Amino acid sequence: MAKSIDVSDLNIYYGDFLAVEGVNMTIRARSVTAFIGPSGCGKSTFLRSLNRMHEVIPGARVEGKVMVDGQSLYDPGVDPVSVRRQIGMVFQRPNPFPTMSIYDNVLAGKRLNAKRLGKKASDELVEKSLRGANLWTEVKDRLNKPGMGLSGGQQQRLCIARAIAVEPQVLLMDEPCSALDPISTSAIEDLIHELKSDYTIVIVTHNMQQAARVSDETGFFNLKATGEPGHLVEFNPTKKMFSNPDEESTEAYISGRFG
Amino acid sequence: MAGTVQESPTEPDPGGPGGSVVTTDDGGSTGRVGDRVFAGLSVGSAVLIVIVLAGVAIFLLEQGLPALGNSGESAYGKDNIWAYVGPLLFGTLLAALIAMIIATPLAIGVALVISHYAPRRIATAFGWLIDLLAAIPSVVYGLWGINFLALNLVPVYNWMGDNLGWLPFFEGPVPNSGRTMMTGGIVLAVMALPIITAICREIFAQTPKMHQEAALALGATRWEMIRMTVFPYARSGMFSAVLLGLGRALGETMAIALVLPPSVLVSLNLITAEGASSTIAANIANNFGNASGSKVDTLIFSGLVLFVITFAVNFLGRAIAARGQVKG
Repeated sequence: MAKSIDVSDLNIYYGDFLAVEGVNMTIRARSVTAFIGPSGCGKSTFLRSLNRMHEVIPGARVEGKVMVDGQSLYDPGVDPVSVRRQIGMVFQRPNPFPTMSIYDNVLAGKRLNAKRLGKKASDELVEKSLRGANLWTEVKDRLNKPGMGLSGGQQQRLCIARAIAVEPQVLLMDEPCSALDPISTSAIEDLIHELKSDYTIVIVTHNMQQAARVSDETGFFNLKATGEPGHLVEFNPTKKMFSNPDEESTEAYISGRFG
Repeated sequence: MAGTVQESPTEPDPGGPGGSVVTTDDGGSTGRVGDRVFAGLSVGSAVLIVIVLAGVAIFLLEQGLPALGNSGESAYGKDNIWAYVGPLLFGTLLAALIAMIIATPLAIGVALVISHYAPRRIATAFGWLIDLLAAIPSVVYGLWGINFLALNLVPVYNWMGDNLGWLPFFEGPVPNSGRTMMTGGIVLAVMALPIITAICREIFAQTPKMHQEAALALGATRWEMIRMTVFPYARSGMFSAVLLGLGRALGETMAIALVLPPSVLVSLNLITAEGASSTIAANIANNFGNASGSKVDTLIFSGLVLFVITFAVNFLGRAIAARGQVKG
């Protein structure tokens, strides 16, 4: 189910503006890959290019290749909608659908596939997904209550349950804990650890301790200079990144001597 | 600045603390005067609106209620006042209903094109075009309806009469002028379209980006995304938009006065001249000039009925819209 991603010479544009330049990396299946770097360096943009979500912004486009298990995401014949069904995404701010119950939120993606789900199959999928997101025990008695009634951390786990309910091959997380308190953050981090046995996880984070805690490999993005495009400075196993990075600027950023 | 400082302490009421704050800095005291002036203006406007509304209601009640006993000559030849006002009310509601059935899906579609489908530059221009529809005077709509639309619709009505004639709505016979209930409804639909479209597209455009992205990231197509996020978010707003359009359709006078023949009857047949009952507003416009004595009261009473209906529709709509908001 989980798949690896090969990125080669990827340039990402917003109109004429080159936002991210020349990214090469291989994201291993069933592992957690973290992206760190200062704000505006293109790590979120890069993440969104992995499931073609950046195309939602008018004028955004890419050059280069993104291969998921040998299939290029940007082939002319590939429908971005089917890409997004295989590569799920969790956003910075929890965004359960406000008019839907917890139950319906979990099933939202599955129902898009147009196949009618029986009551029993639906119930099972909801339980499995909520258990997968470590939320089941907290919400099992109020599945028909609105998803917006949950706390921020619970909402974010609901969003993760919604994403894994469609059984994606890859799960992209764009700063999933930045709007959460430390306890909720810790719950999500535990969850990431568990999910990695089934999914390929890519996470963007501003929190370097978090990257060190949850990821197997880390990519450091930076701007060459103000106004220049962002690029991948270094991509290495997390242990190496945080103890003995190849690049001096990585070390400077990680140790807080940034500039 | 100095002038305002000196004036401001003299402005507040003597009972207030104004007298003792002569020495406060100018920013504070002018701000306070500004607050009072603004509060006075807004309260005044609010009260004025209520007074105007009450005035209209009182006028209608006072002048219209005496007509309740009218019959025969003073009720334009009908047995009693309801036999006269009833069909007009029916015509009003029917024309407005046809207009809403046509305008609502069209307006929502157009609003979606502008807010979610068309490239931004085209969408803006298209939005202006739709707004321009609202700027056309209703008498022009009436002339267009009678001299262009009605005549061009005759073949369509003939086809409807031939093929859908088994439905009571489309029985025929079709008049050569094309001046039918259906034509009136279509003209009203075009007139209500810009209001509904403008409100819908504003609400659609306000749908939170994060929810739209959530749907797209799950693999929703654009239409699925709209169904999952835009419509639930905009539901109560869409309802209000339709109601405002309905308000325009109910009260519209000139276009209907020109398009519909001035008859007073109840019929569901939409494509005959005989089946076209005039509306309350158009009927008042047609007859008020020649009316005298108790006939004036009769017409004013019909106006009262329209007033009550419009009021009720608005109240109902607000109640439903408010209920929808709680859910959302």
